[in-house]
Amino acid sequence: MTTASSPHSPHVSPLSGFWRDYARDRIAVAAVAAMALILLSAIFAPLLSPQNPYDLAQLDILDAKLAPGAKASAGFTYWLGSDDQGRDMASAILYGLRISLGVGVASTLIALAIGVAVGLAAGYAGGWVDGLIMRIVDLQLSFPSILIALVLLAAVGQGVDKIVIALVLVQWAYYARTVRGTALVEKRKEYVEAARVMAFGRMRIVIRHLLPNVLPPLIVVATVQVAHAIALEATLSFLGLGMPITEPSLGLLIANGFVHLLSGRYWISFFPGVALLITIVAINLVGDRLRDVLNPRLGSHYGA
Amino acid sequence: MLAFAFKRLAQSVAVLFVMSGLVFAGVYAIGDPVAILVSPQADQEEIARATAALGLDQPLWRQYGNFIAGALGGDLGRSFVSNVSAMQLILERMPATLELAVAAMVIAVALGIPLGLWAGLRPDSWAARTIMAGSILGFSLPTFWVGVMLIMVFSVTLGWLPPTGRGATVTVLGVPVSFLTMDGLRHLFMPALNLALFQLALLIRLTRAGTREALAQDYVRFARAKGLSMARVLRVHVLKNILIPVVTVTGLEFGSLIAFAIVTETIFAWPGMGKLLIDSINALDRPVIVAYLLIIVVLFVLINLVVDLVYTALDPRVRLAGRAA
Repeated sequence: MTTASSPHSPHVSPLSGFWRDYARDRIAVAAVAAMALILLSAIFAPLLSPQNPYDLAQLDILDAKLAPGAKASAGFTYWLGSDDQGRDMASAILYGLRISLGVGVASTLIALAIGVAVGLAAGYAGGWVDGLIMRIVDLQLSFPSILIALVLLAAVGQGVDKIVIALVLVQWAYYARTVRGTALVEKRKEYVEAARVMAFGRMRIVIRHLLPNVLPPLIVVATVQVAHAIALEATLSFLGLGMPITEPSLGLLIANGFVHLLSGRYWISFFPGVALLITIVAINLVGDRLRDVLNPRLGSHYGA
Repeated sequence: MLAFAFKRLAQSVAVLFVMSGLVFAGVYAIGDPVAILVSPQADQEEIARATAALGLDQPLWRQYGNFIAGALGGDLGRSFVSNVSAMQLILERMPATLELAVAAMVIAVALGIPLGLWAGLRPDSWAARTIMAGSILGFSLPTFWVGVMLIMVFSVTLGWLPPTGRGATVTVLGVPVSFLTMDGLRHLFMPALNLALFQLALLIRLTRAGTREALAQDYVRFARAKGLSMARVLRVHVLKNILIPVVTVTGLEFGSLIAFAIVTETIFAWPGMGKLLIDSINALDRPVIVAYLLIIVVLFVLINLVVDLVYTALDPRVRLAGRAA
């Protein structure tokens, strides 16, 4: 399959060629746009929101549970309404997105690093090291992530750092298993044999030769896992085990609003939910499209 | 086949021991449960008495030993909060969770396989594309949000279904079940649908992939060339061949259903094991937490074992390879 990014047309860089392939699906482009928008909103949250929802001094309890469009006593408008503690929903959502995205991305990256290290070690070393590591990985993977995270958080308590640790512990095994499989295959290829013949040290072979060839399939997995981590953090916060109540993430906001649903004040739960939804669906769509574009069986030539 | 079963059984027992150790260490070794149960004005003597009464002053390995001895006899300690046997508490609420999980699985299978077949038969049709888009939504949407939305739509806005709780129960063989009454079904529908959504999306994608793969095979083309109708080809040939991965995944996901029931039970106030776990975590009721985890571990190991055996029995290739080896 020849595209504009083939080596015979020197005027198209590989990156723009990749984007051209990716952009064939309009929905995926919309998903990337949504993701960019969400990311920017989260980064610039302090500039975009009229109120800092974590600063208890700025909250006015008399402004609680106002419908969307009401005016605040401080002068600005509650575009998305206010919750039961007087927080502006729009600000709370922006700050909550920060936490959700931050926790999701951080935990995925750390789990990726650990999983890749362990998987490469197991795949390259082989023998009993491989067997032992894979036993541990299989054990962990046979239990649902929510249970492991739940027990961990129940034991260590609330807080951002503890959530990240719990999410990392839940995810690393998946990467380890994937990387080990790829490492086993790559280990038998000729370039590894050549490197060994040239008497390169093991560490050097693993880091400089195996690692770059093991990473491409992980890009897709990691993208989808970010969405999964965000959903898991939201679920844990919803159950009351995640962020503390003064720094709510999206899950906790939804939980807070849940009790007000039956009295008709839907906005406290609904809008954070929509924000969470768009984030997760956008990331999943991007991951899906990446998988199709990078899939060698469908004619891709981007490696792996 | 028998040797295989024995080997898997031995492995399962080993896993049980390792997990019980981990669970025990994780829950008993961290934090201090006495602080919750004794009044803040208690003096040292009272705290010491409470600690001794709960058995928390003995060395950790001895606590573990007592724990295992008790566990093998069916006694997993008494709840710190209600002083009822932890095992009894969990077993009382297990039927509710199992009912929810089985209902969810039935919905997922009954809807997922036909929809997946349809999407696989005509992959470029408008219906198939809608189904696939729906399946992406199905496994992206967090379970708790879907539950909240279901309540908002069906209970608050439309007023068709009751928002929380379990309906009237009927006792069958000593176990209370609620799906045999109309009231019970009305209460069961939303939680079961909520729990089933993820499974459903997974099954649709799996069935569709399997159908497309099977339809490209030679035996299907030969059957059509022979003059068999598409319906018969589907029913007799394709369905049997895609059923193996479907059964395996469904079986393994059943454990996941029981775990995710924790969230659904919390939202819909369904009186099952999951809600008990959350309440116990909030009250730091360790014996109940440990009992729940142990029972879940046993359940999971059993499910994995059964799925392994069923898979070996179902797939003649595995059976014949095993015999030849």
